[in-house]
Amino acid sequence: MSLVWMLTLSTALFTVGVLGVLLRRNAIVILMAVEIMLNAANLALIAFSRHLGSADGQILAFFVMTVAAAEAAVGLAIVLAIFRLRKSVNVDSLNRMKW
Amino acid sequence: MITVLRFLWLIPLAPFAGAAIAGFSGRWIGRRGVGIIACGSVALSFVLSVVGVAALSGDLASLDALPGLAINLEARRVTLEVAEWISVGGPDGLVVSWSLMLDPLSAVLILVITGVGFLIHLYSVGYMAEEDRGYARYFAFLNLFTGMMLLLVLGASLPVLFVGWEGVGLCSYLLIGFYYTETWCADAGRKAFIVNRIGDAGFLLGALTLWLASGSLDLEPILDGVAASGPLREVALAGSLLLFTGAVGKSAQIPLSVWLPDAMAGPTPVSALIHAATMVTAGVYLVVRMGAVFVAAPLALAVVAGIGAATALYAATIACAQTDIKKVLAYSTISQLGYMFLGVGVGAFAAAIFHLITHAFFKAVLFLGAGSVIHALHGEQDMGRMGGLRDRMLITWVCMLAGGLALAGIVPFAGFWSKDAILWGALSGGHTFLWILGLAGAGLTAFYVFRLLFMIFHGKPRDEDLVRNAHESPYIMSGPLLVLGVLSLIGGIVGLPAIIYGGDWLGRWLDPVLAHAPAAAHEGVHSAGAEIGAMVLSLVIAGAGFMVALMAYVLRHVWAERLPRKLEPLSGWARAKYYVDEFYQRAILGPYLQLCHIFRQFDERAVDGLVNAVWRTADGVGHFARYLQTGFVRNYALFLLIGAALILYLVLP
Repeated sequence: MSLVWMLTLSTALFTVGVLGVLLRRNAIVILMAVEIMLNAANLALIAFSRHLGSADGQILAFFVMTVAAAEAAVGLAIVLAIFRLRKSVNVDSLNRMKW
Repeated sequence: MITVLRFLWLIPLAPFAGAAIAGFSGRWIGRRGVGIIACGSVALSFVLSVVGVAALSGDLASLDALPGLAINLEARRVTLEVAEWISVGGPDGLVVSWSLMLDPLSAVLILVITGVGFLIHLYSVGYMAEEDRGYARYFAFLNLFTGMMLLLVLGASLPVLFVGWEGVGLCSYLLIGFYYTETWCADAGRKAFIVNRIGDAGFLLGALTLWLASGSLDLEPILDGVAASGPLREVALAGSLLLFTGAVGKSAQIPLSVWLPDAMAGPTPVSALIHAATMVTAGVYLVVRMGAVFVAAPLALAVVAGIGAATALYAATIACAQTDIKKVLAYSTISQLGYMFLGVGVGAFAAAIFHLITHAFFKAVLFLGAGSVIHALHGEQDMGRMGGLRDRMLITWVCMLAGGLALAGIVPFAGFWSKDAILWGALSGGHTFLWILGLAGAGLTAFYVFRLLFMIFHGKPRDEDLVRNAHESPYIMSGPLLVLGVLSLIGGIVGLPAIIYGGDWLGRWLDPVLAHAPAAAHEGVHSAGAEIGAMVLSLVIAGAGFMVALMAYVLRHVWAERLPRKLEPLSGWARAKYYVDEFYQRAILGPYLQLCHIFRQFDERAVDGLVNAVWRTADGVGHFARYLQTGFVRNYALFLLIGAALILYLVLP
């Protein structure tokens, strides 16, 4: 499998993630879309790592996974807190944080 | 016995400890406890001082030299280094330590400070009895003052002396403004502090001048070094004049005399202790202490003598025209301090210190007596409403009479001998004009002091309702009065001149310190007959002052009663205190306030304008930028994406 195909898949996944964040209203789905974006980046990192024969990309990918796990934990905790307060996880109804 | 000198530091420490206890735990130890602590600590300090002075007069040669304890046998000077304070610039740099010095001069002063101070502390217990919330505060300040004053006279280097100097100024400020809820009292405190600050700036500059020339801030090398020719001698004039500026401020001489009359806003025992007996004489002490520097600059001595004589006469004329008891005594104090400076200026250092001591006695008794009268009349200070108090307040009358006779210079009261020693010093030194000024002041002194006594105690009460219920003060107040009254009578014994077969103990005691004092000038008058004649003359002049007061206020002689009108406009000026305050208001404060106004405008318009412009800009931008903050998290994500894309576009080739 050539590098191009892998990067194409990575780009496609990233686009799905971006669209998910921008278009979906459910906070949990948005978090999942963020995970997709992170994993798309991981895929690109590993593809380059393989292509260049260097371990750097793979090490970086492990870091991204760690951060992603932490992000998911914090994000879900926030979502849970919001749900307890508002009985909803619809981000369009959460527009009070402004001037 | 002699080893007690190693514990010299206990003398100032005792009142400091008393101040700390009374000030920090006054609420728990109660009024009785505060009184006992305050009086006890000063009494302890007095006992230690007596023991220390006795040790100093003993055989110093038997005292083993210890690290930190230096003895100068020739000058009879014991210097004790208590702790290191400042040490910068390596071995050749500036080293200042907390060191105390006991020599005949400081010995005399610590006895006066602790002795008179103790009596005034005792008196205060009675005087302040009705004070409720400020009782512990009052005694804490009074003790702090005593400690600072002791530090001032015991300090062996200019910085230590300066700490005491500023410390007494601070306590003076705190006690003048003791009734701080009254605006005029708080203002008087501030005025005293600020006017003193002007003098203190001079003190500091003088100390630095001497330091630059000598490389040391300790008194010993400066005083010993100025005798030899060298850089120190060249700056003697500048240094001594600058130090004298400090003395002028502290001792309320022309032109910085305006604060002392206002300082009478404080409680009367404070006026007695701080503004008559001790603090205000610190200026005289400073000039005598630094006498060697002044002697090296004859012009400086002449300035001291001139300002002293002028102040003595100027303040005496004002005292003749005031009707507030404490104002009369305040101007009298300024006048007497002028005499002391006159004595110092003509080279009669011992006479000035002699007058300092007797003045501490008789002015303290006059102030405490005035306090007793004010206490009995529930705060009334206007002599115009008093009269006829003699039979109701016999002890106060007798004591104030003793103080008054001493102040007026009537033989054989203490003030006669000391004032005469100063006047004789002026005459025998060849300063005939200053002597005449002093004599004129002496006549006015006798007049105003008897005017004071007659208006308070004699004749018929001018305000029956006020005087009817007056009664003698309690024993705790009249006791100190009696002691000081007796001292006013016999205090002169320490310095009786040789001419009347006296011992002049004080002069001989001070000799080791005043070795540098100038020898009597040749052009002066020296014969024994002249000395007796000068004494008789000053007595006659004092008698004349007494007669005028008697005619005006007791016999009600028509000629004497018309006297003020005949002396217009002089008497009017004296009543208005020569408009000095008004002059300062117009000449200095007015322009100064205008300058302040200009600076305020600059601050409000230019500086604040700049700051306001900054926030207005930020506010204006934010007014529009805030619409970007929608509160929708997906909008933010979009901005993020756009931003990331933009960066990628810019970064990628």
